[in-house]
Amino acid sequence: MTAITVRPARRLAGGTAAGLGVAVLYLSLIVLIPLAAVVWRSADQGPGYFWRSVTTPDAWAALTLTIGASALVALINLVMGTAIAWVLVRDRFPGRRVLDTIIDLPFALPTIVAGLVLLALYGPQSPLGINLAYSRAGVVLALMFVTLPFVVRTVQPVLLELDTEMEQAAASLGAGPFQTFRRVILPNLIPAMLSGTALAFTRAISEFGSTVLISGNLPFKTQVAAVNIFSQIEGDNTTGAAAISTVLLVVALVALISLDVLQRWGSRRG
Amino acid sequence: MAKHALRLVAVAYVLFLLVLPVILIVWRTFGDGLGPFVEALTSPSALHAFKVTVTVAGWAVVANTVFGVLTAILLVRHRFPGKRLLGAFIDLPMAVSPVVVGLALILVYGRFAPFGGLLESWGIQVIFSTPGMVLATVFVALPLVVRAIVPVLEELGDEQEQAAHTLGASRLQAFIRITLPGIRWALGYGIVLCLARSLGEYGAVAVVSGRLVDQTQTLTLFVEERFQNFDQPAAFAAATALALIAVVTLLLTKLLRPKDRIDGN
Repeated sequence: MTAITVRPARRLAGGTAAGLGVAVLYLSLIVLIPLAAVVWRSADQGPGYFWRSVTTPDAWAALTLTIGASALVALINLVMGTAIAWVLVRDRFPGRRVLDTIIDLPFALPTIVAGLVLLALYGPQSPLGINLAYSRAGVVLALMFVTLPFVVRTVQPVLLELDTEMEQAAASLGAGPFQTFRRVILPNLIPAMLSGTALAFTRAISEFGSTVLISGNLPFKTQVAAVNIFSQIEGDNTTGAAAISTVLLVVALVALISLDVLQRWGSRRG
Repeated sequence: MAKHALRLVAVAYVLFLLVLPVILIVWRTFGDGLGPFVEALTSPSALHAFKVTVTVAGWAVVANTVFGVLTAILLVRHRFPGKRLLGAFIDLPMAVSPVVVGLALILVYGRFAPFGGLLESWGIQVIFSTPGMVLATVFVALPLVVRAIVPVLEELGDEQEQAAHTLGASRLQAFIRITLPGIRWALGYGIVLCLARSLGEYGAVAVVSGRLVDQTQTLTLFVEERFQNFDQPAAFAAATALALIAVVTLLLTKLLRPKDRIDGN
């Protein structure tokens, strides 16, 4: 038999209702109504117009470049972020604390500055002789810069919590280092690695500032979706801009919902 | 051997992606001494951009701090239907592109939008002016204060607040004497993050400000505009100033954050 619990109808306390009213009003006026207006505007000329706006050659090229480059950058972060987190937790060397602090720099540095500093080292005046300006590699580099902390910061706490006893047990039973990593450590890290990767991906598809200077914003070549939206707004085509914005919002939402599912899966596994 | 190789790869990656580019900009800025740096940052346009940046960021931080404390207390201490939904909506700005933020605000507060038109008839211009830039900045930095306080409030528990209530303290008294001291470090951490994000916002502000030089130009917009106009010294100087603010932020957050990361072992 399933017990049926009936919650007594409870009136909200006066303070709660007033506070909630203010919070919801603030959130609605600044975030919810404007975002709803974007989705509304994208649909107000019908689905045909929406589809045509998204599939104009330049918009489509920008969207595929953005999603492709973001997926590549997410993969790079999956590997490099985990490696950096590993080094920060398990390795001991002078400068480790400095490295740990520096990882957060992309969160603190304005995106336009990020683009400018990358252009200084990897642009036409590069002291290394590497010129990635106005190329797709430059776009990928900018996205790598701004998304670096995500995987590191999700994997690091899990690694810190991880008991080394299991690894020792595995080693004493004759497992090699690679086997121990694959069979003992990796299964514990995978949920955190994937959620960091999903966060990096959502950040990358929405990125604007860091790509502006280094990509040169060449349509069909290096123009990312956010820059395409920007130029459509400048050209007063807000309906087209809203359509591409809606696609970006939906892709981000799908990534975040899968992240939520992953986290539940991870917490169920304990 | 493998251990050293991994260390080398990790350090080299961070070095070439983050450290060297930033150092190079600082190097190029100060290459000719401190004079050109000061000169570039004290031009009328730069000073004006600095003033606009501080005004916009200041208002945004105040608004988000008040909202952040209120909402965090609601989420942790109060019970109401739709709580999870409110929590999800607060995180929404993290998933939205800055350019989409700008477009969203234009569609509601622009001169030709119903709401924006109404405000315009009252003499309030939002888009292409300071209020719109504040709104855009508030939007992008919205979750930071809330998310910094919520875990600390949860850990704190409400026993002391309840005790204060039984002893006759009003809600406000209990908040000022009990809750606020308990969350002060987390609040400081959230405010610093919020301020850094607000000072550095580029995309959303670029859309709603109309990028009018000497009017609605912030420091980040100044960097871009100077660079596009081949005024590298000014662009580098402003970028270096912003990078220095970022480094200070980083050190401050390190100081304010509970030591739970690398000292944990």
